[in-house]
Amino acid sequence: MKEITYVKAINEALREELARDDSVIVMGEDVGISGGSFNATKGLFEAFGSKRIIDTPISESAIAGIAVGAAISGLRPVAEIMFMDFTALAMDSIVNSAAKMRYMSAGQCKAPVVFRTLGGGGVSAGPGHSQSLESWFCHVPGLKVVYPSTPYDVKGLLKSSIRDDNPIIFIEHKFLRAKGEIPEEEYTLPLGQADVKREGSDVTVVTWGQLFFKVATSAEKLAREGINIEIIDLRTLIPLDMKTIESSVKKTGKLVIAHEAVKISGFGAEIAASVVEHLFDYLDAPIRRIGAAFTPIPWGTVVENAVLPQEADIISAVKDIVRSRQAKN
Amino acid sequence: MGEVSNEKKKELFTLLLKTRRLEEKLIELMTTGEVAGWFHSNLGQEAVGVGVTAYLEPEDYINNTHRGRAIIIGKRVPLKRFMAEALGRKNGPCEGISGEMHYFDLKYGILGQSGTLGGQIPVAVGVALACQYRKSDQVVICIFGDGTVDEGNFHESLNIASLWKLPIVFVVENNGWAQFTPQKATASQVDIWRKAEGYNMLGKVVDGTDILEVYEVAREAIARARKGDGPTLIECKVRRWEGHYIGDPQKYRDPKDIEEARRVDPLSKFQKRLMDEKILTLESMNELDESVKREIEEAIQFAKSSPVASREQAFQNVYV
Ligand SMILES: Cc1ncc(C[n+]2csc(CCOP(=O)(O)OP(=O)(O)O)c2C)c(N)n1
Ligand SMILES: [Mg+2]
Repeated sequence: MKEITYVKAINEALREELARDDSVIVMGEDVGISGGSFNATKGLFEAFGSKRIIDTPISESAIAGIAVGAAISGLRPVAEIMFMDFTALAMDSIVNSAAKMRYMSAGQCKAPVVFRTLGGGGVSAGPGHSQSLESWFCHVPGLKVVYPSTPYDVKGLLKSSIRDDNPIIFIEHKFLRAKGEIPEEEYTLPLGQADVKREGSDVTVVTWGQLFFKVATSAEKLAREGINIEIIDLRTLIPLDMKTIESSVKKTGKLVIAHEAVKISGFGAEIAASVVEHLFDYLDAPIRRIGAAFTPIPWGTVVENAVLPQEADIISAVKDIVRSRQAKN
Repeated sequence: MGEVSNEKKKELFTLLLKTRRLEEKLIELMTTGEVAGWFHSNLGQEAVGVGVTAYLEPEDYINNTHRGRAIIIGKRVPLKRFMAEALGRKNGPCEGISGEMHYFDLKYGILGQSGTLGGQIPVAVGVALACQYRKSDQVVICIFGDGTVDEGNFHESLNIASLWKLPIVFVVENNGWAQFTPQKATASQVDIWRKAEGYNMLGKVVDGTDILEVYEVAREAIARARKGDGPTLIECKVRRWEGHYIGDPQKYRDPKDIEEARRVDPLSKFQKRLMDEKILTLESMNELDESVKREIEEAIQFAKSSPVASREQAFQNVYV
């Protein structure tokens, strides 16, 4: 095992896949000569050249659409949309082209493209560089949506995403310097498989992406008070691993869903509804959802923290439903 | 221009005639409800699709448009194959999922049609990128209407295609209308070919009702693209005979404009020319017409005897 940062893990995944398969190309703003806005593509231009590591103009719609066209013609483009907020500009190419190519052609082609994009707040990046918009994409048949939290997950899942034959929204978070252990040797991780990051018997907490870290530290604090939460890190939102959620909920009878995206119409709502539909009899307490307030994300630290979910919100939601369980008993 | 052989001229005429007869038939089928959805007629504009595809190699690409039958015929798709799709049958290339408007047929190099105008432009550029990357010698034609030029995708894509010298030709079918609004009400520059200069690209304008003119300009542009000399923007000025769709009452349009448009007929213009040049006679022309009509009838019979897309198919191919 070796310790590595989140961004270095992304870089390694790209480098390994580029070396493995010459149909893989990387394209986006500043991905080439400069090594990337955040070093994710550092050194790739030198290693693989300008034909494969392609600097593009600031043209998100075209970047995404060109990636789709290249994908249906046999390449495996990894297209970077610098910030998730900017996917708004590429939405037609992603939603109306990428997601539908295979369907509309009745399987004549496939569109194996990975849209890498940086989501999440917490770094005073302001309302245009901080959003978590994953539920937009989870609503579109034909797309897969991946949002890994740890270096281990991001590397293994990015490699699998590049090899997958479907269009994928691959969301990376802003804790690019977060460290974690990964194997020295090559590995991949399957899409559509959640990871139980911590076992516990009292409450199931389903989370993903950046908020995982706050859930993890909340778990330590709750444990000191005798409450043991089970953390399920979804890693992939579409396809959704309901099995892992279900077996945990059957065990704990209590569910909290915590994501950084705005709570209203967030993907947590989908999970909550599914659990109620299928596991109503197993639930001992109402499901609790945690997500950002229904506001844009402000720039200043105090105001940003007021909007984004914090450790205290997670802890109090967990305690709340533990208490309601006690009352019911 | 004199270089076009009599053989080629006759072939172009046959394709043009086939497109016209097919269109007339589809309108009939539309009116009787056998073709579903909206139907955007290409009557009066056929010379563009036929002219630009006629010089393509089978493995070259072109995207479809909502008025795309001329492209499909120009790309030599067998009528039975097309008709099966148009009538929603399983043995169409999209198995009845996409119909005529979104007709997608990779075997014949036809990229689908994005329902959102402009969406097809970067996709076509991406296909050209893959051709360049693989040094495959293939060329892509990206074709769309004058209204679509106003989409941001046009700007982003032409800039990139020119910058990277991609093997692509952009063709604008300028009929002066975008749905119910005339071009002069929406475009700050109605001569679209002039926009090419802004992308450091070659711009050309042709009379899109003169098939030989279209053919010649496309031929040069395709050759340039194939050589690696980069894209060309070709504007083809045409007239729209019908409304935006079949059934459009066109209350927004001066009846005189419709009358004038219909007086410009790419088919009879070319027919006259070929008769003048003694390439066609009235007799050979009638024979040709009969055989085209027969082929269309056979295609319809074939399609009608084929199974309709089933409910199960609706759930296939969402993911690989
Ligand atoms: C993004 C988008 N906006 C609007 C429409 C609705 N629409 C369909 S065809 C059309 C007119 C297109 O004009 P033009 O590009 O000139 O093509 P033409 O129909 O004249 O051949 C419009 C507005 C659409 N399909 N997609
Ligand atoms: Mg038009």
